[in-house]
Amino acid sequence: MAYISEKPGIGIRLPSIAASSAARPARKHKTARGDGTFSYGLPLLILFFLLWEIAPRLGWLNPIFFPPLSDVCRSWIGLAESGVLAKHIGISLQRAAIGFGLATIVAVPLGFLMGRYSLFEKISDLLVQTLRNTSQFALLPVFILLLGIGEASKIAITFYSSVFFLLVNTISGVKAVDPLLLKAARSMGTSDLDLFRKVILPASIPSIVAGARLAVKSSIFAVIGAEMLAAKSGLGYLIQQSQLMMETGDMYAGILTMTLIGLIVNYLLVWFERWATSWKGQSDTSPH
Amino acid sequence: MDRIVVSGIRKTFQLKPGQYVTVDGEETDRVTVLDGVDLNIRKGEFITLVGPSGSGKSVLLDIIGGLTQASKGIVQLDGTTITRPDPKTGYVFQQYALFPWRTALSNIEYALEVRGVPKRERSDRARYFLALFGLSGFEDRYPNQLSGGMQQRVAIARALASNPEVLLMDEPFAALDAQTREILQSELLKIWEKINTTVIFVTHSIDEAIYLADRIVVMTARPGTVKEIIDIDLPRPRDGDIRSSTEFNAHRARVWEALRDEVNKAQKDWALSPAYAN
Repeated sequence: MAYISEKPGIGIRLPSIAASSAARPARKHKTARGDGTFSYGLPLLILFFLLWEIAPRLGWLNPIFFPPLSDVCRSWIGLAESGVLAKHIGISLQRAAIGFGLATIVAVPLGFLMGRYSLFEKISDLLVQTLRNTSQFALLPVFILLLGIGEASKIAITFYSSVFFLLVNTISGVKAVDPLLLKAARSMGTSDLDLFRKVILPASIPSIVAGARLAVKSSIFAVIGAEMLAAKSGLGYLIQQSQLMMETGDMYAGILTMTLIGLIVNYLLVWFERWATSWKGQSDTSPH
Repeated sequence: MDRIVVSGIRKTFQLKPGQYVTVDGEETDRVTVLDGVDLNIRKGEFITLVGPSGSGKSVLLDIIGGLTQASKGIVQLDGTTITRPDPKTGYVFQQYALFPWRTALSNIEYALEVRGVPKRERSDRARYFLALFGLSGFEDRYPNQLSGGMQQRVAIARALASNPEVLLMDEPFAALDAQTREILQSELLKIWEKINTTVIFVTHSIDEAIYLADRIVVMTARPGTVKEIIDIDLPRPRDGDIRSSTEFNAHRARVWEALRDEVNKAQKDWALSPAYAN
């Protein structure tokens, strides 16, 4: 008589809506960090910066369009000292944060309902898929028409850019909760509310946080894009405006700032993800 | 006095639309796994439930635990009909079913949390039960930092922490290695002798069934009914050596005798099993 020891593992069954590998790229970044990749990659990055410095100076590239890196740094310091840079960064981040925050408030409860109640998902899935596959930038004119050129349309586009990452990952997190844990919780007389709060929510946190990482990134990119198209402030506006004025030093300074923010935010989120899912950590062998 | 009365339990599973199985030469979308189970379990009794795969042992346990509704018949716990999980019942699963985001201590506290036990008392009682299973010092370990045997100890401690009057155990030691299994069997017996709760224990192992039980309930092949109830009159407290005694061997032969035909029948039925596995 064989024992059946089939364990319904976490995350095996992916729902249809989450067929895209939403959580996977995040994982790769995580393992790529801290295992020496940085020191391996550094020489090539330095070479890139060196080329950037040398090429315009030797006339390989037109310094009007491609100022040497040192000039860009000088522009950057100028922008930073005048306080202009901080102002634009602050505005962009604020827009991204409000959009992301609103997206979280909407997507997480909605994701819970869609993940838990199949009828709810059946009804809403097609609409969600339709909206999800509409570019946020294609909708910017609509947002501007509806909400005007002010803050609201910028927040709307960041909201739109992040809400689906959160929604899809919340749904897949809720669906992937080990049915055995739900059964165990029910056997102890867990109420429906406690089942959400104490079992389904913590069980789906890793998936939600992975979605949040993608969502934060996406909302920052979206706000920059929106600011380039229609704004009077923000990093995107700074980049776009510098290009129009042919102040290419400022333009590259703005782009580099963007990159730097992207990197910092990503590292913060990786750190947060590790902290929030620390219980998943390394298992060490223990005696019986 | 009878603590649990199972009368006329029948359970039929309806397959998903479009799914069919062949039962006794006929295509059907309904499978009967339990067909008229009657069983009286006395207070403080240790019952083991054996039967071939698919005989509905786990389903019966779920019905007694209030996790599954019977299609027909009732189960009474101290005279009250069970319709949902009873706070007086504890449940232990084969795959531990610990919450991976909670520490060992906090997993045990969970059982008390959902029953509304005050915070202070929760921690004290959880610590007491951890200590009872020799796990003091492991309070802050997460399940994936514990071995299988330790995880199952935590799971049993969690089930016992709320002082259940009935403990349902669904092949709790089946996933463990042989040595750990035997250690846990004797630990369970020692603790059970102290607290004297009523236990219903599903197992595939005849030796385990004999070693633990006051009475062994042998189930038939699908559709499951009670085939035979065998009294195990081995003296308590029992230690591991009892397994090599003549009496133990006699019981082993007797249980296998009761089980053999059913296992053979179940083999022919196996193609069905995915339809109602668990």
